[in-house]
Amino acid sequence: METAQNFAELAKQVVGFIYPNEIEIHWSILIVVYPYITGLVAGAFILASLVKVFNVKELQPTYRLALLTALAFLLIAPLPLQLHLGQPWRSYEIFLTPNLASAMAMFGFVYLWYLMVVLLLEIWFEYRRDMIVWSSESTGLKKWVLKVLSLFSTDISEKAVAFDKKTVKIITIIGIPSAFLLHGYVGFIFGSIKANPWWSSVMMPVVFLFSAIVSGIAIVMFLYMIIIPIQGGKIDMKCLDKVASFLFYAVIVDFSIEVLDFIHRLYESEESIKILSQLVSTKLFMSLVVLQILLGMLLPLGIMVVIRVFRLQEELRKLLYFVCVVLIQMGIFSTRWNVVIGGQLFSKSFRGLTTYKMELTGIEGLLVSLALLIIPFVVLAILIKLLPPWKKEELAGG
Amino acid sequence: MDRRDFLKHVCLLISSGAVVGGLSPAAWAKMIHKDYDPAKHYYGMGVDIDKCIGCARCMQACKTENDVPGDPFYFRTWVERYVIKVDKSVTVNTINMGLDESRDVIMEKDVLRSFFVPKLCNQCDHPPCVQVCPVGATFKTDDGVILVDGKRCIGCRYCIQACPYGARYLHPETRVADKCTFCYHRLVRGLLPACVEVCPKQARVFGDMKSIASPLGRFIRMNKLHVLKPSLNTDPKVLYANLDGEVN
Repeated sequence: METAQNFAELAKQVVGFIYPNEIEIHWSILIVVYPYITGLVAGAFILASLVKVFNVKELQPTYRLALLTALAFLLIAPLPLQLHLGQPWRSYEIFLTPNLASAMAMFGFVYLWYLMVVLLLEIWFEYRRDMIVWSSESTGLKKWVLKVLSLFSTDISEKAVAFDKKTVKIITIIGIPSAFLLHGYVGFIFGSIKANPWWSSVMMPVVFLFSAIVSGIAIVMFLYMIIIPIQGGKIDMKCLDKVASFLFYAVIVDFSIEVLDFIHRLYESEESIKILSQLVSTKLFMSLVVLQILLGMLLPLGIMVVIRVFRLQEELRKLLYFVCVVLIQMGIFSTRWNVVIGGQLFSKSFRGLTTYKMELTGIEGLLVSLALLIIPFVVLAILIKLLPPWKKEELAGG
Repeated sequence: MDRRDFLKHVCLLISSGAVVGGLSPAAWAKMIHKDYDPAKHYYGMGVDIDKCIGCARCMQACKTENDVPGDPFYFRTWVERYVIKVDKSVTVNTINMGLDESRDVIMEKDVLRSFFVPKLCNQCDHPPCVQVCPVGATFKTDDGVILVDGKRCIGCRYCIQACPYGARYLHPETRVADKCTFCYHRLVRGLLPACVEVCPKQARVFGDMKSIASPLGRFIRMNKLHVLKPSLNTDPKVLYANLDGEVN
């Protein structure tokens, strides 16, 4: 009854004509959070792989942090999906009777592959030696937790450690296409819907992928700049500048692809162009033009150009980098919003626009979404406590 | 238990699981009515735009027959009113079954042409909803009808996003996807869909697309036909006669 009243209120805000079943926005804020989170996972992993596969030595201080960040967010990634289902208790069916023609059915397998084969394995091999050493140095519960986590392995001989290193490299090599698969497939879920011209684009997985890389690098940079001072360490400026330069290039590529997509649509000017233009200039003006493009992309790009052109002082650089990564996170979240919510604000009759009114306290509301965005940071805090990314001398040395 | 017994048990378990887990579409129809053979039919519907008078009886009959929620946000079938004005602007709204009288009145002198368009699930031959359903809860029967297994649907709503025609909704009580079934429970008993039965103008013609000597066969022979959004290659089995190019 309450839902019907809400819909009746929303119906008053409809502009033009929508099909009668279209008043309900089916994929809500939770489905905005989902691709945002998986994007962070894929992006953080790509950053980590720069160290191992491409041997970018300067990035070493962020390597373990990036892996743990990816894991923390990946563990929470299925939650928004689960909460959003009409029948959450039946979600296991996606594993038991998957429809192989459905992009969404692949979620379970892509997710499990990425979690079990890529991330957990890589982190285990990366930390195996340290876990054995730390467990021998600790007492009580921590000793046992580390023992269990290391799967009771004890071999820290040079040969064993060399094997670990080699394995990590191999897993990373497998991991890069897997990360592409993880987020590319999320893009494909939207891009393959021919009924929806806002989504239906072959560029969608590519746009998702590069925006994922941008957001992942930015989140690791953000965390690095916060956690190192908290742990009493010194930020390694060489590392930070290097991460920032990768971020800079990633933003340029991401921006170029999005502009290409935009120009292509405008130039082809298909049947849907009128309603999509109306969508962008009214309902999405704030979130797309202002938040995503101006504040989330062009402003940070401008700041990064200034940093690169004028050799600014360390402290000022840090401050500007920090502003950049915060703006970029906001921008990428807006990107997800504009895809997911934006794609549902216009009628498939191409004759009208509807409105999305976010709940505050409901299961698909703002508070739950905020909680889902905060939980990964709590998980990360626990992971960092258990598996410190930096040794004491690394922290002090900067 | 020796190895042979063990393997036998495993095979039995897997095959029984497959039976429980995946009922074939034919088995579905048999479950509903034992004497019905879906392989002998292939259903479709013809809609004659020029005959529809916008009385909304089809909408009411559908809601009653199929327990569709009464609120005006859930429809298995609905009727759109198109008014194309002299200045070529187009006004569309959904016939409201007398619930809301706030519609703008358009003066007769401003109207170029006007007509009603009954809408329902197009029962596509290449249904995007079936393609995207992650668990196979939405499927095509052997007689060509797209159904939703409400006991398997997980309520992810991907099918609702994938339907180009806005024909699906999430049922507010069952929390699973719902849509027109051509009144499948009636078909298997040899009855017509409720909307077809109540239409006072016979604007909706239902039947077997394979049959030539039938009302639908005649409808297909005698009219120039069109389907909605043909460019999407969904191959609808709801065929329109006298459809205006403005309709989508």
